[in-house]
Amino acid sequence: MKTRTLLTISAAIMATSAFAQDKSVTIASWGGSYQEAQSKALFEPAAANTGVEVKQETYGGMSDVRLQVSSGQVTLDIVASGSGSAARAAAEGLLEKLDFDVIDVSTFYPSLYTDYCLGGDVFSTVYAWNTETFGDNGPQSWADFWDVEKFPGTRAYRGAVAGALEPALMADGVAPEDVYSVLDSEDGIERAIDKIRELKSDIAVFWTSGAQQAQLMKDGEVDMTTGWNGRFDNAAKDGAMVKYSFNQALLDYDCFAIPKGAPNRDTAMEFLNEISKPEYQDDLPKYITYGPTNKAAYDTGEITAAVAAGLPSSPENAALQLPVSLDWYAKWETIAAEMYQEMLTE
Amino acid sequence: MQAVRINEAGLARDEWFERLKLFGLGSPAMLLILIILVVPVGWLFYVSFIGADGTFSLENYERMLKRKSYARIFQTTFEVSFLTTGLCILIGYPLAYFISGLPNRIANLCLITVLLPFWTSLLVRTYAWLVLLQKRGLVNEWAMSLGLWDEPIKIVHNMTGTLIGMVHIMLPFLILPVYGAMRAIDRDLMKAASNLGASPRRAFWTVFFPLTLPGLFAGSLMVFILCLGFFVTPAVLGGGKVIMVSMKIVSNIELFVNWGAASALGVVLLVATVAILWVASRFLNLERMTGGGH
Repeated sequence: MKTRTLLTISAAIMATSAFAQDKSVTIASWGGSYQEAQSKALFEPAAANTGVEVKQETYGGMSDVRLQVSSGQVTLDIVASGSGSAARAAAEGLLEKLDFDVIDVSTFYPSLYTDYCLGGDVFSTVYAWNTETFGDNGPQSWADFWDVEKFPGTRAYRGAVAGALEPALMADGVAPEDVYSVLDSEDGIERAIDKIRELKSDIAVFWTSGAQQAQLMKDGEVDMTTGWNGRFDNAAKDGAMVKYSFNQALLDYDCFAIPKGAPNRDTAMEFLNEISKPEYQDDLPKYITYGPTNKAAYDTGEITAAVAAGLPSSPENAALQLPVSLDWYAKWETIAAEMYQEMLTE
Repeated sequence: MQAVRINEAGLARDEWFERLKLFGLGSPAMLLILIILVVPVGWLFYVSFIGADGTFSLENYERMLKRKSYARIFQTTFEVSFLTTGLCILIGYPLAYFISGLPNRIANLCLITVLLPFWTSLLVRTYAWLVLLQKRGLVNEWAMSLGLWDEPIKIVHNMTGTLIGMVHIMLPFLILPVYGAMRAIDRDLMKAASNLGASPRRAFWTVFFPLTLPGLFAGSLMVFILCLGFFVTPAVLGGGKVIMVSMKIVSNIELFVNWGAASALGVVLLVATVAILWVASRFLNLERMTGGGH
């Protein structure tokens, strides 16, 4: 069922066999163009430089890790995950604690790693608009996204709770820095969901995947949507009439984690340290418009000013955004998701 | 006398061997059903009573009572399944009737056209509907250029789109058994009915239609059951607003720490389905009994 991509860097192993003959790690990620970008920018060059043999797989997310850990048959050493689900997996005890004596995070953005998950790339949840409908001057805030008189047209919104409540509160007048304290109760969550109820008749589609966001904009099915910035860049490259703004966007990241009981735990730690170095991270934007999590990647000269200006994690763009709070997701996501589904099924 | 008795014993032995043979031949299938059906379903029941902390608990069922969304999701699931089955009958029965009256060669050609979509992936067919039905899709563009309507109408990302997609996918499951039942009917019965003075309509409803009921029942049942577990079509064509049980099972697996949160949904769906079928079969038997009394 799972496509197993076996990547053997035999040349690299032969070259450095003296010091890393039997070291190997199995990495699972999401596949598609995302994993391709990771592979080209991070895994393959790091494997060549360290002599660690890298086996790549695709997987279905933390539920796979849960199954492996609970059945005691862990085969994965490193998994790529969304930050929120990694935080919940960590709370469940499914992940190894990262060893920051091995992994150097001194030049990382402090909000882009936890004890259990190391940031790999930064993306934003943004609002995007159809430039045919609204021109270049589309909505500039979440309040605009909610303003169907100023911006008449259909919307698409996320069908799951992650990244769906923060915009609603900002549209309701809550300052970005207060969003998570307001959300820290069922009443606060209900307030956000009520705000979405207000807009619901104008929401034509509740999207469930990144591919769907791009398709909705490309086909002109909706005039405005929320979504992940990289998807809209790809859609625009394909000719979609779409623009987005980083103002009030949610700054989020994907991260690498090590499942509890991973067969090559120590090698995995070393390998995570390797792929976090700026010399690998600065190549990632060449393959996908997601930013590095290591600040130092901006200093190598590989990321031009023009490219940096378009990345979610560039200092200018990051300053406009609300960083997603993993603590909130670990504490509330399950409850909020059930409340969100009530709104969806009404 | 003696010879007969010996023969009797021989026959009895033969019969016993025959039964043993049949059992032997049947046992691999029974074993398979036990392994791939009974054991997993039993396991599903068991897991649904395990809470997040790994002990026996009713929390997975309590959650379904506490949150209104669960009742609504089950309601949507049965609503979509009933409507799809009903629409399939409305569209499929007349079509099967029409095809069954055609000369063999043309009928076979028609059946191939009915079957053709079967050989295309479900996902492809579902996305094809999305392309056809969306705001700037073919249906809206053509209808507007022909002046049928001025503004694009909403026929996808809602219940309408879901039903269109599901009826299209389910139609062959209804047409084939109904067609089979119709072909098996001796058409001379209709002539006999007319001969006895029945109008064509009366001949159809009192003679033909009751004879197609087993096929219709089998087809409707198949469509209904398949609909209950549908995932792809409502997920793609429902616009995130038509949420069926299968979709909720997936989101619960991702959301909750324990498998039981998803298993309990499966158990409730199974029990509800069996209950509905039981009621339906009683109803149908009654129907047949009254039909026989005429």
